[in-house]
Amino acid sequence: MLAAIAFYVLSAVTIASALAVISVRNPVHAVLFLILAFFNAAGLFVLLGAEFLAMLLVVVYVGAVAVLFLFVVMMLDVDFVELRQGFLSYLPAGALVAAALLAELALVASAATSADGAPIALAPAAQAGVTNAEAIGRVLYSDYLLVFQLAGLVLLVAMIGAIVLTLRHRPGVRKQNIAAQVGRKRSEGVELKDIRPGQGLG
Amino acid sequence: MTITLTHYLIVAAALFTIGVFGIFVNRKNVIIILMSIELVLLAVNINLVAFSAFLQNIQGQIFAMLVLTVAAAEAAVGLAILVTYFRNRGGIAVEDINQMRG
Repeated sequence: MLAAIAFYVLSAVTIASALAVISVRNPVHAVLFLILAFFNAAGLFVLLGAEFLAMLLVVVYVGAVAVLFLFVVMMLDVDFVELRQGFLSYLPAGALVAAALLAELALVASAATSADGAPIALAPAAQAGVTNAEAIGRVLYSDYLLVFQLAGLVLLVAMIGAIVLTLRHRPGVRKQNIAAQVGRKRSEGVELKDIRPGQGLG
Repeated sequence: MTITLTHYLIVAAALFTIGVFGIFVNRKNVIIILMSIELVLLAVNINLVAFSAFLQNIQGQIFAMLVLTVAAAEAAVGLAILVTYFRNRGGIAVEDINQMRG
């Protein structure tokens, strides 16, 4: 009973905050609602017995992706009022597509899960003595080792891509060049002049 | 009153629909479009984890993890492109992005 209440509360807040993400005027608020949606989805994952993924969702999304969004939204000086124009003109077409999509998805979901007449009951907790993280680790580091490495490679490529895209060398900025400083020789910096007494540098 | 797989699938379907709807109605704002894509991927993750839990098969959670990875990479590269575009053009209006005539 408590699990059912938790499910309804979590899913209601998730959907409500998802709606807020796409409809609030201030993009900073949208990012904050996105964080709320991710937190509640993590709660749903915990209800499903996937604690590891729930924590991963909180760490990766709330800790990294949402903060990245927040940085970009706050650092770019964009006129968001202008960007919101046209919201109402796109509304009917979007609502039509969304309604069709939701109806189809709900139809498929209810048809697929009750095809044999009996809905699938909530599975008992994971195998005795094996936590969720351990179960994932056993499969991830054996059967899916190659896929795991590829995922790491995807992240590496994304990191390099993001750095290459945003790095820029501005001309005219004077920076300290330590190699040039250290590699300076006496012959380049000192010049000896023979000066006769009483004449000065002429 | 037990929570069945159908409940989770419907929640995920609603989230997915909201994400697609957000892409439609926020045509001009790339940041909100990126957030809508994140919502869509979150809906996919909920589906994967729900099936994984109800079918007692851990592989669904492995795939959810991979989706998470790709989503994070996509957000990073997307925002980097956005920052570069803003630097070059001084704005992020999607309708102006037609330089490549695609």
